[in-house]
Amino acid sequence: MFQIVDKKQLSENVYRLEVQAPRIAKAYRPGQFAILRIDENGERIPLTIAQAKPLEGLITFIIQAIGFTTRRLCGMKAGEAIRDVAGPLGRATELERFGHVVLVGGGVGTAVIYPQAQALKDLGNRVTAVIGGRTKELVILEDELKSVCDQVLPCTDDGSYGRKGFVTTALSELIEKGEPKVDAVITAGPVMMMKAISDLTRPFGIKTIVSLNPIMVDGTGMCGGCRVTVGGKTLFACVEGPEFDGHEVDFKELVDRLSTYRDAEKQMVESHRCKLDGIIK
Amino acid sequence: MARIKEPRVKMPEQEPQRRINDFEEVNLGLSMELAQQEARRCLQCKKPMCMEGCPVRVNIPGFIGAVAKGDFTEAAKILKQGNALPAVCGRVCPQETQCEAKCVLGVKGEPVAIGWLERFVADWALTQETPVEEQISIEPNGKKVAIVGSGPAGLTCAGELAKLGYEVTIFEAFHEAGGVLIYGIPQFRLPKEIVKKEIDSLKKLGVKIELNVVVGKTVTLDQLIMEEGFSAIFVANGAGLPVFMNLPGENLKGVYSANEFLTRVNLMRAYRFGEYATPVIRGSKVVVIGGGNVAMDAVRTARRLGAEPAILVYRRSREEMPARIEEVHHAEEEGIVFEMLTNPVGILGNDGGWVKGIECQRQKLGEPDSSGRRRPEPIEGSNFVIDCDLVIEAIGTRANPMVTQTTPDLKVNKWGYIETDETGMTSKPGVFAGGDIVRGAATVILAMGDGKRTAAAIDAYLKK
Ligand SMILES: Cc1cc2nc3c(=O)[nH]c(=O)nc-3n(C[C@H](O)[C@H](O)[C@H](O)COP(=O)(O)OP(=O)(O)OC[C@H]3O[C@@H](n4cnc5c(N)ncnc54)[C@H](O)[C@@H]3O)c2cc1C
Ligand SMILES: Cc1cc2nc3c(=O)[nH]c(=O)nc-3n(C[C@H](O)[C@H](O)[C@H](O)COP(=O)(O)OP(=O)(O)OC[C@H]3O[C@@H](n4cnc5c(N)ncnc54)[C@H](O)[C@@H]3O)c2cc1C
Ligand code: FES
Repeated sequence: MFQIVDKKQLSENVYRLEVQAPRIAKAYRPGQFAILRIDENGERIPLTIAQAKPLEGLITFIIQAIGFTTRRLCGMKAGEAIRDVAGPLGRATELERFGHVVLVGGGVGTAVIYPQAQALKDLGNRVTAVIGGRTKELVILEDELKSVCDQVLPCTDDGSYGRKGFVTTALSELIEKGEPKVDAVITAGPVMMMKAISDLTRPFGIKTIVSLNPIMVDGTGMCGGCRVTVGGKTLFACVEGPEFDGHEVDFKELVDRLSTYRDAEKQMVESHRCKLDGIIK
Repeated sequence: MARIKEPRVKMPEQEPQRRINDFEEVNLGLSMELAQQEARRCLQCKKPMCMEGCPVRVNIPGFIGAVAKGDFTEAAKILKQGNALPAVCGRVCPQETQCEAKCVLGVKGEPVAIGWLERFVADWALTQETPVEEQISIEPNGKKVAIVGSGPAGLTCAGELAKLGYEVTIFEAFHEAGGVLIYGIPQFRLPKEIVKKEIDSLKKLGVKIELNVVVGKTVTLDQLIMEEGFSAIFVANGAGLPVFMNLPGENLKGVYSANEFLTRVNLMRAYRFGEYATPVIRGSKVVVIGGGNVAMDAVRTARRLGAEPAILVYRRSREEMPARIEEVHHAEEEGIVFEMLTNPVGILGNDGGWVKGIECQRQKLGEPDSSGRRRPEPIEGSNFVIDCDLVIEAIGTRANPMVTQTTPDLKVNKWGYIETDETGMTSKPGVFAGGDIVRGAATVILAMGDGKRTAAAIDAYLKK
């Protein structure tokens, strides 16, 4: 059992859970994720490890409540326990001294870039973070990022905070200004956002790393459910990713495969929605 | 000899029409009367050939003789001496190519139903309140051994070492112990409750099982030795990596590896979706590619989830199918359609990105290949399409490199399987390996045999 020691709401649908998982905390490197299962009847879902405290044996997840399992998870309280957490899985980000790195986080994808920011800074990079959300409430981790980045640019679709518009607009300005020149882009967030970012950087030949989020089961290479096409080759994202060269990824296929269980998931949410309070039980 | 004329008993089975609607076990097991009747057919040979067919050399005439006398406690004791998981082996061993193939009764008639008797005795023992095994007193020797993977190889090795006084910890990547016995072989062939009971009896011996530990990621072999004080390690992490055919259309929605399909259904209990949260695509028309036990399990599972038809596509002919005869027979009874001498060439999709059919090509058998089986050759112009909404590929598995990649001094062969000497020791001192990660996909009993033999080798190594 993996106890939740702390829980905090970051925005309307986004929560941060700190969980006791000593082995994972010790082995973790930025870019890796874990697979968890809430209880005996639960499904296994992958979540990025946003932070690890090896000495205290704690890891942090930042979770967006979008479906059956994430909503149940976000409904859990400190003191309760998650039955299974396995990790750290996937390859760690290949961090190097790029020069000027722009990290682009969309929504809960910001949880993925946050641990990378610190590590990139430590390697001597100049680090700019562009973080986006539909509205002010959905922009997360701004303060945390500010403490490690050289510059943080929040954006909202509706202009309620930071600059108005998509993260792509802010990135494209950074590239055009070139002060200093953008040497690499690392991005995580909605698939279509990562596609737009990759399309934007391609003509400039800027190295672009995307963090893919296909449906997974085991997370150890044993099922192939997480397969993605990169550079025309089929790869298992859980072992060969989750980060790949954005210019090589078949995003259309990924979006399509992510819809596989849409009907089943809806059914699960509806049949477990409490008639009284609307909460997923 | 009157006994030879006595026919082999029939295994009581669930009706095919009923069982395609549920996941209950197909074979119901022998009654006490039937078991004794069958046991009396055994000739009690002086030189029992059956034992030579058994990879772990169970004293077969011994336990069958005890059944014939009605002394089931004695039968169970004898059986358990040779085989740590008899309730499992009685259900899934390919007896027809092992012990029963060597039974002299089989020369003129039908061999003794050794597998069914094994299952009978094991099941009987599991229902007894007091364990039938000799109460052995374990003297802890203070040494720690780690085992990677909780499949049949790991479980067997753990039990043997625990009995010798070692402090044994099994590290398992999944959230449930049992390996293929839990995530691969379906409920209707091997009820999970049986596997759980076998694992519980290991825990009673003092074996610790730490779940959710992916060795190579969560902790490395070197860390287990240097930081956690393990004196030896047995690596038995199986050969679970699925192989895909690289067909066009393979990444459409509605294409699974058999591993994913079976893991969703068995480990995650997706056949009870609603009560359990993991979904699985229930195809209405399903094509499974392959001819082994895995393909057979996948196609029979698809049938139970509602596929009509559930079709097996195999490139050779029925004679070459590696699946167990009993499973093929059960599959036929359940209405599985066999498309033999057929090879898929591409998967077709609809506008929504879902599978709508599979294009196949007929084959003919040519000259024997390196495996001694006649090689299938395509017949030009014989292409045709089978309509279906789910395709499951069961064409084999490979070694998972997670442990070996993070242990550079562990020597592997060109397919990634771990190399060992005859005792089971790898190139890394104190690290042993066995089961599918050494042999490539094999059988439960061979994995168990490796576990048992290696336990003795580990004991010898640590006593040096
Ligand atoms: C390597 C990796 C890291 C991840 N890290 C995080 C993280 O740090 N925080 C976080 O909140 N989420 C993360 N995700 C996504 C998370 O796993 C999914 O949101 C979760 O599995 C959805 O489960 P659910 O039952 O709540 O929703 P479901 O009921 O399964 O799905 C609800 C809706 O979301 C869509 N969907 C399903 N799976 C995904 C997916 N993997 N990504 C996007 N949409 C999906 C479905 O099509 C459906 O429409 C990560 C995914 C991967 C593969
Ligand atoms: C669907 C199917 C049907 C089969 N039917 C039969 C049959 O009828 N009869 C028969 O004799 N054989 C059958 N087999 C083959 C048989 O199951 C295997 O040969 C046998 O299970 C191998 O045992 P093992 O202990 O080597 O590995 P496995 O049973 O594969 O167990 C390995 C375990 O190690 C775990 N693991 C993997 N990587 C790691 C890691 N890095 N860290 C920690 N743990 C890890 C896995 O999760 C797994 O639990 C079948 C196989 C399948 C897939
Ligand atoms: S999640 Fe199963 S192989 Fe990646």
